[in-house]
Amino acid sequence: MYRYDEYDQQLVDERVKQFADQTRRYLAGELSEDEFLPLRLQNGLYVQKHAPMLRIAIPYGNLRSDQVRMFAHIARTYDKGYAHFSTRQNIQYNWPKLEDVPEILGKLASVQIHAIQTSGNCIRNTTSDPFAGVAGDELIDPRPWCELIRQWSTFHPEFAYLPRKFKMAVNGAEEDRAVIRCHDIGLEVRHNAAGETGFRIFVGGGLGRTPMVGEQISDFVPWPHLLSYLEAILRVYNRFGRRDNKFKARIKILVKALGIDAFREQVEAEWAHLKDGPSTLSTDEVARIAACFVDPQYESLPATDAGFERARAESKPFAKWVERNVRGHKRAGYASVVVSLKKTGVPPGDITAEQLDLVAAWADRYSFGEVRVTHEQNLVFADVKRAELFELWEQLREAALATPNFGLLTDMICCPGGDFCNLANAKSIPIAESVQRRFDDLDYLHDIGELELNISGCMNACGHHHVGHIGILGVDKNGEEWYQITIGGRQGNDAGIGKVIGRSFAAADVPDVIEALIDTYIDHRHEGERFVDTVHRIGLDPFKARVYGEQQTERKVANG
Amino acid sequence: MAKLIKNQAIVDDAWQVLTLAEDQRAETVTVGEGQWIVPLSVFLAQPALQQRSDVAVWLDGDDEPADVAPFLAQLPLVAVRFPKFSDGRGYSIATLLRSRHGHTGELRAIGDVLRDQFDYLGRCGFDALQPDADRYTDAQLEDALNSLTVFSEPYQASVTIASPLFRRQRRAA
Ligand code: HEM
Ligand code: SF4
Repeated sequence: MYRYDEYDQQLVDERVKQFADQTRRYLAGELSEDEFLPLRLQNGLYVQKHAPMLRIAIPYGNLRSDQVRMFAHIARTYDKGYAHFSTRQNIQYNWPKLEDVPEILGKLASVQIHAIQTSGNCIRNTTSDPFAGVAGDELIDPRPWCELIRQWSTFHPEFAYLPRKFKMAVNGAEEDRAVIRCHDIGLEVRHNAAGETGFRIFVGGGLGRTPMVGEQISDFVPWPHLLSYLEAILRVYNRFGRRDNKFKARIKILVKALGIDAFREQVEAEWAHLKDGPSTLSTDEVARIAACFVDPQYESLPATDAGFERARAESKPFAKWVERNVRGHKRAGYASVVVSLKKTGVPPGDITAEQLDLVAAWADRYSFGEVRVTHEQNLVFADVKRAELFELWEQLREAALATPNFGLLTDMICCPGGDFCNLANAKSIPIAESVQRRFDDLDYLHDIGELELNISGCMNACGHHHVGHIGILGVDKNGEEWYQITIGGRQGNDAGIGKVIGRSFAAADVPDVIEALIDTYIDHRHEGERFVDTVHRIGLDPFKARVYGEQQTERKVANG
Repeated sequence: MAKLIKNQAIVDDAWQVLTLAEDQRAETVTVGEGQWIVPLSVFLAQPALQQRSDVAVWLDGDDEPADVAPFLAQLPLVAVRFPKFSDGRGYSIATLLRSRHGHTGELRAIGDVLRDQFDYLGRCGFDALQPDADRYTDAQLEDALNSLTVFSEPYQASVTIASPLFRRQRRAA
């Protein structure tokens, strides 16, 4: 895990001081609302329904236990005793007071955490694979590269007032677990044929109003040129991205308008000037950062553990949890554990101060003092001994954090929606809950298998509904809340945008609709086939027919 | 007289900024006596102006910095206008003027320029910062000098700090 040196610490401290003064001037009327807006946004501060919302960065999803404890402290002291993990490896507080924010940022800085550029039209928190460093299918650890990007993008003077927000993600495994194709820039660390390290780069992905999958701008940028290449992309975007229309200002619109080839030409022309310049990475610097991400002190353990196997055979609930929430590990005798924050009745991604303290304690006891945050709004203990899984599970269960639903229908991604968000067209949290209640039979849930359900309260798509196997989008019709359903969306290596199945539904009907979709899948699925794969094999029609039934036939007849 | 921050101090300034009204054209607008900073389009359209030592040029966000490059050696100053403080094109334009086109004279930020941006503007190569005339009181402008350098050791290279932190300082592993 990366630890700040004196320079990192100084920058964050200077930032806290700067923001304290800006807040003071705002409260004194010296800074207008308009002027304060980008300043507070670049410090993670939104103004929301109930209070400001503070979004804090968790760079590439990595946390230490002392940082988790600080989150608990802040939840207890400045909020209502809980916090919320978002899809971009951030944590959000919904109830802080503006006057308290400088102090909160000061406390965060004391544990090497910040809220820099977590919002606003700048380069946001770089996200990554929550299983980085431990996954069996990993080719190259993405975390050092994320940290290099974090440092380069933090307070980059040229790119603080971009046309729109800018998101990057890095993945280094065979399976893309960072949704890199749905980011403004997605990076895949890889080796070329000669065995050198570099990056395959996608550009122009993103969800929101105009969802798009990114296109490949380069299949290999050698690692020394990572930052200069990013600089070239950002400069082209900063100069030529649209600024006349907020909805057309993302880089994806520029890439689309020019076409990827013309866009690439511009970037390469810019890069020709920057390549081999001062931003060129050095072996020393990469080695310095990479040294922070070496393996922890693993013990040599046998691949299997008798106690673990016995517990699994004897306890069905434990076995179920292991089946879903425990993942393989590159080291024998270890496993990664997903802590589900998707218990029915709790808003997805929410966590209480008490739970945060427990998570910190478990991290110390079982996982080298570290925790990861996933973009599906769960937590991960990356390095747990198999021999200790049962013990950990019992404690997780007591704290209501052992819901065995990782990757299943009830492990849904869900934005705050109408309960908290000013921009919402509809509520999302109660929809998540109503679906969770409908599918409360664990055996059935496990039988349905891997299924990603993503819910957004408006077309900004914070809940990633476009890339959900099933997506639910809150829409407004004459002041009423309706829900539009898409199916067939995917994240990962073959990321794609889902298709709308037809007219939208009232909240009360959503569980029925989901059930009809699942029934259709069950009827048609091949052995071992996931919902989304069935959708792609048989198309939308069978699903539509089941959901809309006779009404649709009627309409067809009426139309002749 | 208008005030601006130049080389870390507040100074009086005699330059006036010419903007084109709706019904004025670059080819025909009259640039009077005195020191004028004129739009790039006017400067290019009226070769006579290129002979005057009391005429400077300002670039807008969609102007191409390469177009002013041939004149940089003779121009008393170049300005970049920020139509809105949230429009960040000027940061890239300044960077290009300094690092690609070799502008070494005064580079002035004009328009909607705020003290909270001074650090970044400076690092992109602006050595003169001119907020709108009515934006700050004299006392506030004085206080704003404290905003010139907020981050003492920034991570990345930029115009004024030519190499990134990892090359400037020995950082312990
Ligand atoms: C409650 C306060 C929030 C507000 C006001 C807000 C606002 C927005 C807006 C305006 C967009 C659209 C941007 C665009 O497409 O250009 C957006 C997109 C997004 N937001 Fe949020 N959001 C909020 C909370 C969240 C939360 C809680 C999450 C995660 C659970 C989240 C994650 C995202 C993601 C992933 C996108 C899609 C970005 C893309 O286009 O790739 N946001 N948000
Ligand atoms: S999707 Fe819409 S409703 Fe949901 S958090 Fe984002 S902006 Fe708010």
